[in-house]
Amino acid sequence: MFYRESGQFKTSYAADQAIFPIREDRIGLTIILFTAFVLIPLFGGQFFLSSVMIPFLVYALAAIGLNILTGYSGLLSLGTGAFMGVGAYACYKLTTLFPQVNIIIWIVASGVFSCAIGVLFGLPSLRIKGFYLAVATLAAQFFLEWCFIRVKWLYNDNISGAIEVPERLLFGLAITGPRASAQTRYLVALSIVVAMTWLASNLVHGRIGRMWMAVRDMDIAAELMGIRLLPAKLLAFAVSSFYAGVAGAMMVFLWLNAAEASAFTIDQSFIVLFMVIIGGLGSLLGAFMGAALIQILPTALRVVLPAIGLKISSATIEHLTFMVTGALIIFFLIVEPHGLARLWQIVKQKLRVWPFPY
Amino acid sequence: MNFRNLTAALLLSSALALPGLASAQAEDSIYVPLFTYRTGAYAGSGTHIADGMHDYLAMLNERDGGIGGAKLVIEECETGYDVKKGVECYESVKGRNPVVVVPWSTGITLSLIPKASVDKIPILSMAYGLSASARGAVFPWVFNPPATYWDGLSEIVKYIAAQEGGLDKLKGRKIGYLYLDAGYGKEPIPLFQALATEYGFDLKLYPVAGADMQNQSSHWLNVRRDKPDYMVMYGWGAMNPTAVKEAVKTGFAMDKFISIWWAAEDDAKGAGEGAKGFKTLNWHANGANFPALADVIKHVVDKGKSQVASRDKVGQGLYNHGVYNGILIAEAIRNAQKLSGRKVISGEDMRRGLESLDVDAARLKEMGFEGFTAPIKLSCTDHNGHGATYVQAWDGTAYVKASEMIGPLSDKVQPLLDAAAREYVEKNTGWPARTEACDKP
Repeated sequence: MFYRESGQFKTSYAADQAIFPIREDRIGLTIILFTAFVLIPLFGGQFFLSSVMIPFLVYALAAIGLNILTGYSGLLSLGTGAFMGVGAYACYKLTTLFPQVNIIIWIVASGVFSCAIGVLFGLPSLRIKGFYLAVATLAAQFFLEWCFIRVKWLYNDNISGAIEVPERLLFGLAITGPRASAQTRYLVALSIVVAMTWLASNLVHGRIGRMWMAVRDMDIAAELMGIRLLPAKLLAFAVSSFYAGVAGAMMVFLWLNAAEASAFTIDQSFIVLFMVIIGGLGSLLGAFMGAALIQILPTALRVVLPAIGLKISSATIEHLTFMVTGALIIFFLIVEPHGLARLWQIVKQKLRVWPFPY
Repeated sequence: MNFRNLTAALLLSSALALPGLASAQAEDSIYVPLFTYRTGAYAGSGTHIADGMHDYLAMLNERDGGIGGAKLVIEECETGYDVKKGVECYESVKGRNPVVVVPWSTGITLSLIPKASVDKIPILSMAYGLSASARGAVFPWVFNPPATYWDGLSEIVKYIAAQEGGLDKLKGRKIGYLYLDAGYGKEPIPLFQALATEYGFDLKLYPVAGADMQNQSSHWLNVRRDKPDYMVMYGWGAMNPTAVKEAVKTGFAMDKFISIWWAAEDDAKGAGEGAKGFKTLNWHANGANFPALADVIKHVVDKGKSQVASRDKVGQGLYNHGVYNGILIAEAIRNAQKLSGRKVISGEDMRRGLESLDVDAARLKEMGFEGFTAPIKLSCTDHNGHGATYVQAWDGTAYVKASEMIGPLSDKVQPLLDAAAREYVEKNTGWPARTEACDKP
């Protein structure tokens, strides 16, 4: 009734090829962006911004990165955690070596380094596929983790072995470090994520995205159609690692403030993989939905359960979180194996014909 | 759209949380959040500490109605030894005027140190965290009594020297260092190397990665090859019991295997008879044979207000570590009340309270902890105390005292602390200079 495209005529090719062809979608997107950029910073509390929204944005970006690799190009990777680490350490090195350069530039530039490392570990992807490739990326995970512990140069010979975030300003306003307010950090993270999502959306809807999807669906057929496999797969690795790297830099600089190598373990890789699977393979919206479910749900449980008067110990809540999250993962995999994004598509389809389904 | 619903649900849930946050700040109460971990890979160590810390403070509530007439609001936040969850815990307690945070993880401590001076919440990292934070002039908001890891190491080396008959007898000896390959285990290495060159002993490093904690056979194969005269261990969680088991299997002389103060009873017990003689450092007594701990059992454990697994866990090494942490918190609150003249203190008052903390023997007796530990006195410049520790040996059922109190090699540790604090300031450009006034003791 409210959500239907009848009466909306397309008079140009550009309108017909738009990502959001229906006017309601465009209005919805505007409302979301308005909420994210204006309402949430205005009315969200410190805790909500720094412990719910910033982690959500960081993981959403990492999930977009992995989705490009796994969802769009069909290459399984278990190295996301390590690639995030490369971004974080690169950003730390860059900002300590060149403190004059604005930190936002370094956060984005750190993606270039994880991109290079990603391409290096993506090289075997031409020869090996599926689970075997996953094992190869697992090697990347362990090797890079070892580097983060062992290569003292990476953390500037710090005795504690951790990277600590120095204070950096933008127009005189602290955006990293202890004095940066949650609002500033949130807005910086949001701007980066929105810009990079827009970029990713253009990538996957264009020639490159089609190339990736062709490789994913059947690589021999894609090769016969003239797609060169190695550049296509390496490009997927490069873009994916770039996103992971920026997400990692954001994680340390805008969220955690300091990190040891233990922040980039295999668990991290798995969490992002779960987000991609639950959100929906091959969908950018799915990356956001998956990140929301896996990252925000535990926090919400931790906050809501005591707030509604349940007197349970914090450790029990932790166990409960594990169980509820696990149960939800299984539930979604059974009910909707294509993820939350597919669920949303079904809802949209139903909405279009509501209230007169035929 | 779904997103809108999601955002709405989130806003709703955070709105729901607000009344809960407000109600905890009741009349005449002091909010003490405890960051603990009863889940995750390190829960085996963390649970005992959480119990000890919680039970002692809960006992003060039950027995005395709090401290100085103000009730303690004790709340645990589960971190799982994970920095991300720890930071989340910090953000969730920050708005409720906590007087102190106890991170119980070196990683979380490092994340919080820069925030302490901005949010005016002191950090109490008892014998862990950043060693350099012992320098009060640089870190006015961070406290790590009673000893740093460097103090601990120098005490171990002194103990080894005493076994050999003097520091000069260390020449030509071989000492192995088995450590958790993280900030915590790596920190003592510079001091260890400096001591090795100075006293002429040979230092062998055996790093154990966090993922390999339970798989140390290759490390101990190297130990067997290198044949060190002594082994020093800085381990945590599952690393400790595994190391003791492997040492027994390798046939290493257990009385020459010395751990820092984080090894527990269960770590040695698992290895059976062979673990006899295994040594660790400690700075307080074991056992529940103190009036205050009897009160803990009476007022908290027996009333079912504790999560402790069984009564005999009260008084074990790690439990008493937790109790000691509870004592530091309680005494600092008491001191802060005295200094500020207020019942309900703020984070700023607590900082002063910690800084001029002076728990002498008479006060220990008054608390019901006579002979529990050495007196501790902090100051404006010294946020650590650099306390002496003793060596205890495992006799098959319990740890028994095996040495007198050993003080640290202060002349070796102090320069390192100064250098480390200087370096921290250099690396963190814009580190605020201390503006907090000192209290005259």
